[in-house]
Parts: sequence; structure tokens; C-alpha cells
Amino acid sequence: MSALRILVPIKRVIDYAVKPRVNKAQTAIETAGVKHSMNPFDELSVEESVRIREKKSYAGGVEDILAFSCGPPKAQDVLRTAMAMGADRGIHVEVKEGEEIEPLGVAKLLKAVVEKEKSNLVVLGKQSIDDDAGQTGQMLAGLLGWGQATQAAKVTFEGEGESARVLVEREVDGGTDVVRAKLPMVITTDLRLNEPRYASLPNIMKAKKKKIEKVSAEDLGVDVTKRLKTVKVIEPPPRQGGGRVDDVDGMIKRLKELGSL
Amino acid sequence: MISRVGQAACRQARTQLRPRAGPTPVASLSALARLLSSLAVLEQREGKLLGGSLGTVTAAQKLGGSITAFIAGGNIKAVAEEAAKVAGVEKVIAIDNVAYDKGLPENYAPLLVENIKKGGFTHIIAGHTAFGKGLMPRVAALLDSQQISDITAIEDEKTFVRPVYAGNAIATVESSDDIKIITIRGTAFPAAAAEGGSATLEDGVDPKSETSTEWVSENLAKSDRPDLATASKVVSGGRGLKSKEEFDRVMLPLADALGAAVGASRAAVDSGYADNSLQVGQTGKVVAPQLYLCAGISGAIQHLAGMKDSKVIAAINKDPDAPIFQVADVGLVGDLFEKVPELTKKLKK
Repeated sequence: MSALRILVPIKRVIDYAVKPRVNKAQTAIETAGVKHSMNPFDELSVEESVRIREKKSYAGGVEDILAFSCGPPKAQDVLRTAMAMGADRGIHVEVKEGEEIEPLGVAKLLKAVVEKEKSNLVVLGKQSIDDDAGQTGQMLAGLLGWGQATQAAKVTFEGEGESARVLVEREVDGGTDVVRAKLPMVITTDLRLNEPRYASLPNIMKAKKKKIEKVSAEDLGVDVTKRLKTVKVIEPPPRQGGGRVDDVDGMIKRLKELGSL
Repeated sequence: MISRVGQAACRQARTQLRPRAGPTPVASLSALARLLSSLAVLEQREGKLLGGSLGTVTAAQKLGGSITAFIAGGNIKAVAEEAAKVAGVEKVIAIDNVAYDKGLPENYAPLLVENIKKGGFTHIIAGHTAFGKGLMPRVAALLDSQQISDITAIEDEKTFVRPVYAGNAIATVESSDDIKIITIRGTAFPAAAAEGGSATLEDGVDPKSETSTEWVSENLAKSDRPDLATASKVVSGGRGLKSKEEFDRVMLPLADALGAAVGASRAAVDSGYADNSLQVGQTGKVVAPQLYLCAGISGAIQHLAGMKDSKVIAAINKDPDAPIFQVADVGLVGDLFEKVPELTKKLKK
């Protein structure tokens, strides 16, 4: 295990700036005709992987950066983006539009890919901003029996080969902590880890030539049957906002009326 | 082996009791409740039980059925005895081993899994905190169960409610897994009473799993102010504060005047005005205090996700069109550098 073979799972989600709307049937969020992009935490994962290579952070070097996405045909767009940012190639597990595989299923797919591709570092976002589950990285680490460092704010390497260690500063309740782990391992990214780059036009053009391999869950021998059934999806109760006051005295008076002071 | 047989029998009984269609008759619901057994995973830090983690007991009470509390760490006896007094807890499983002090998921997850299998629990509940978020998905994967994260309500033993899309939608999901792994939103489940219970203490199993990860150090923000996640009042500042010096000069006295915890928007945290751990929002802390008073925060979707369940929201912002005013119960348009110090001064009187 000298060079790093990094696997970067990414997800196509509704753009973070769009206000999601519940569909009329109250079964899901309206996704048709809505702007989608790469999950913001996954951009951080791609950026971090590319930086490990560029900055030669790991003495053994980076042999391969493989971007993975499980999603509808359009998930290829986010794979292209990852490759324009610096990933070497992509792998796409295609599912039908509107269908979604749960974190446990995705973790099982990733385990199969890790074993097939001999990955020794997996860098994931800490959560997707649609389902907000925050599970996939930890589940993958559990299935593989690897170490995990979640909500990474800083990743540094020490040594090489057998003695190599990864130091990860993690965001925890009340501050940060640092853990030291052996490779292979799973890292999930937090917002403060880095500032993702914009893909330049030449790199976007180059990314078109990079390869995306299409595989199915069956090819990987993974059962992705859903365990959770969505019974309904509703809008949260709206707040009656808009109460304005003219000055500080008015604010204090109103807060007293509301029993907050 | 006995517990496995018992578990299978319970499962079978539950399947038979489950009505094919139509509303669940109340009689069979209570019969179901008797077969439920929940494990509430408690948190400790440096030999102290974290009161916030007692929300797991409250959630277990809503499920019905027996409640066992779980705690692990070095010199755990005092904490276990404290947990035994919590109202509603029947048993406390305490694992005394310093290896679990920091709650590293690599060894804590196998520990929990062994004890879940031994005890035949149907519902495993932890807080959606840094500890629970790191640990529980790993436990779920080891048990081949699809976790349900950050729930805000329990409808029945298999149906749970959770916010998705930064709280812009509320999903109700039904789990088909035999063992349900759940993390709860702290603000939706208040801590169970710390007194009134008389649980028995029980030794669990300790598989003493090796871990390839070691805990090195921590850097926790020290503060005399109330804890952000559980405070009844929160004062929060955003980009409008312009610098760390101004943030400290303007917001901290207001927090002290109110006895409030301090929070911040992502913009304020990213610009270094406030510590990361103070971020309120979809990817930071979710708070629901009696009063959320914010200044210089526009009210982006991601920020609202972390505070819109507050009882009263008050906002000071110079932009009359800021989205925060659409959710604020009390809105004041004005320069925060003038209004906040004035408010602080008048509150002190």
C-alpha cells in the first residue's frame, strides 16, 4: 500500500440555493425542472482529494482519484464536474429518475467498488443536503471494518507505507478534536475543510475525454432493496412572521408581551 | 442463544399482531408495546452524564415497552448510578473500560452491537450529536439496518417523522428493519427527569475490539455561557457584525444581559468572527430556544433550518427585505451597531 487510490463518492442534489417544494401528491419533493448540482460537501471531498495529489501531502503519492455516483442518468453531469476539478475517471451506478438508493445500499455499492478498485482512502461529504441523513461514510467504514474520521476540518499525513498515519481534525460539539488513523480509512468532509475550486473551461473540455464506467447494482452483486417506505412528505407548518416594531423600546415591549423576557 | 430464540419469537408475535389493513386497534397496540424493548444510548464526558442525552429516554417512553440505558467509559460506576435514577429506565448496562471514553466508533460500534444482540433490543436510540452521528450509522451497517436520522416525532413503533431538505419538508417514513436504529433531534425530545427512577445495574458484554484509530487531542471552546444546543435563549450574529472584535463587543454583552447562549451564521463563522462550534443551521447546530434573537443575519434557507422551531424569533437587520423578517415574530429594521447596544443597555436596567 504505497500510493493512494482515492475513491470520492458524489451525489447530484437539488441546488442548495433553491427552495424545495413538496409535490401535490405529498409523496416527495418536486425535482422536475429544478436546478441540480453537486452536493456541496462532495465538492469539498473532490477538492481535498485533488489537493492531496497536488500538494504531495502523502509521501507515497496519489495513483488514482475515482469519482463515484449512484443516481439517474443526469448524475453523469456531476461526475463530469468532478473530473473537471481533477478526478481521473468516473464510475456511475445508474438508477431510474425519481428513484433513490438509501445510504445503506450506497454504502454496500461503495464497499464493492472499494474491493474491485483496491481503494485505500474514501473521502465523502458528511451529509447530502437533500436527505440530510449523514450516514453513508460511517456505514461504509463499518462494512469495511476501516477506521473513520467524520466531519473533517483538516487532513494531514505522516509517514509512508506501513507506518503511514492520517491525522484528522474533526468538528465536534463544542470545538474540534484530532484523531490519528491508519490507512485504509474513510473520511467525511465538513464545510471548513477547504474552498473548492471552479473548474476552468480547458479542464471542462479535458474532462469530456475522461472515462465514465457504467455498472449496475447487480453487476456489483449488491442488493439495494429499500428498508424505509416514505409514507408522506409535507411542508413544515409556516411561521407567522412579519411583526415589525419601530424601535428598541417597541422590541422590548413586544418580547415582554410574548413572554420571552 | 436464548436471547436469539426470544428475539425470533417476539418478531413472529409482532408480525402476527400487525393488522393487514385499516387503523390499528388500540388493544393490539398495547400488546405490541409489551414486546418492544428500547436501548437508550447515553453520553458521558469525563465521568459526567450529559443531560442532553436523556432525550433518548423520552423518545423510548414514547415508543412504549421496556427501556434500558447504555453507557460506557472508564470509571463508569457513578455515571451508571446517576442513569439508574432517571425516570422510566428499568435497567442500566454499564461497560467500565477506559477504551470507550472518547466514544470512538471503531470500538464503540462493535461494543454496542454485541450488547444489542445479547439483549434482543428492537429500538436503539441515540442523540443526533457528534457522538451519535459518528457512531450509529456504523452500528446500523453492522446490523444491516437502515438508520433513521434526526427524528422529530414518533408515530408508532415503525413510523417516524424527520425533516429533510434543510427542514423545508417533513417526511414520514416506515421502517421494515427488525432492529430500528434511530438518532433523535435533541430539541424535539426534552430530557427525561433525572430523578424518580430505580433501575437495576447490569454488566454488559465487552468484546474489547481493537481500533486502528486513536484519539489524540481536543480543543473545546470554554465558555461560562449556557450550552447553545439546550439554552432557553440564544443570541446570534451574522455577517453584519463585520469583524470578530465587533462581534465580541456587540453580541457578547447582549448575551450576558439575557443570560443567553451565543450562536452565529455560517458567514460569521467562515469569516472568523465566531467559533465553528457556534454555527446554527442545517450543517451546524439545530436550536429551538424560547427566544432566538439575531442581528446582522439575512436568513438563508440553511440558517433557518437550524432555528425556525424557536418559540419566538426576534431580528435586527438594516435590510427591510431580508428573508429573516418573514419568520421573525419581532422585527426591527435598523443599524445593529446602534440598536444592539441600546437594547443591551435597556435590558440591563
